[in-house]
Amino acid sequence: MSVTVRLPGSLRDSVGGEAKLQASGATLDDVFADIERRHPGFRTRILDDAGGIRSYVNVYVGEDDARAGSGLATPVFDGAEIMVIPAMAGGR
Amino acid sequence: MKDRPALWMVLAAEDAGIPAGATLLDATSGNTGVAIALVGAARGHPVELCMPDRVSLERKRVARAFGATLTFTDPLEGTDGAILAAREKVAREPGRYVYLDQYANPANPLAHERTTGPEIWEQTGGRVTQFVAGVGTSGTVVGVSRALRPRGVRIVAVQPDDALHGIEGWKHMPTALRPAIWDESLADLHRVVSTEDALTMTRRLAREEGVFAGPSGGGAVAAAVSLAREQEGIIVVLIADGGDRYLSTPLWE
Repeated sequence: MSVTVRLPGSLRDSVGGEAKLQASGATLDDVFADIERRHPGFRTRILDDAGGIRSYVNVYVGEDDARAGSGLATPVFDGAEIMVIPAMAGGR
Repeated sequence: MKDRPALWMVLAAEDAGIPAGATLLDATSGNTGVAIALVGAARGHPVELCMPDRVSLERKRVARAFGATLTFTDPLEGTDGAILAAREKVAREPGRYVYLDQYANPANPLAHERTTGPEIWEQTGGRVTQFVAGVGTSGTVVGVSRALRPRGVRIVAVQPDDALHGIEGWKHMPTALRPAIWDESLADLHRVVSTEDALTMTRRLAREEGVFAGPSGGGAVAAAVSLAREQEGIIVVLIADGGDRYLSTPLWE
């Protein structure tokens, strides 16, 4: 699946200043791994030590909050827009 | 606490002359915006606020309760995006707005220089030795520093440890739009706090001390506790955000 990932200003330094990236994968985890291959260190900015999405980061696949679904195992669909947004006060 | 800079900025605008029917405008991550809405309602001025569309529901509702008009900006652009949106509004319709610009308004730190700083000095009987506060607009640190540093108080400014953070109201200065009022030389010590530590301390404050703070308050206290492990003294830490503004978030779940 080919997807578009939109990033907040506070994360763009980790991907060479890009606000929007193209990536591929069947799940959110795959997509972040794809970005990590091109931009090492990206995953550690948004994932905690246990490998989950940081509590103060929200990730949306389309309109759906990944944390409310399957987290990193959330499937993505071809052409999906994924948004990573800093969450005030612990998510959502 | 944010009602102080809000009141001082509005009074300064009134002194300078607010054209009839003009709207007070500012960009905000929430708390100062709510305070401006309150002061605007009390003084009879329409208020418009630009804020990222990710601030807590409570902020939006309270600001609207005071009659403010809200413009939501791209959450991906954060508070800096709200600042740019406010600047665009003023550029498009300069006669319509009085732009308070809390990030550059000298009345913001002046409020703390004339009120918060002297009150801390009086209420500690002049025994305060260190003052700890987070940096957002930087008005608190700048104003209190001007009031208390000449009396020998060491000023500790606290920031998030990463550009990507969840401490509402704070700025990661190395990557954010720099507030014009910010002067890092006014702090003796600069500390950083992780969002995880800020949220943990916020919950501890409620459960162990009965202090219902927001994440920025927890972050400031975390920095103060860290400081207290290294230095002796009478440490005053400013909690600028109440926990009730986050009841709709997972913070208290």
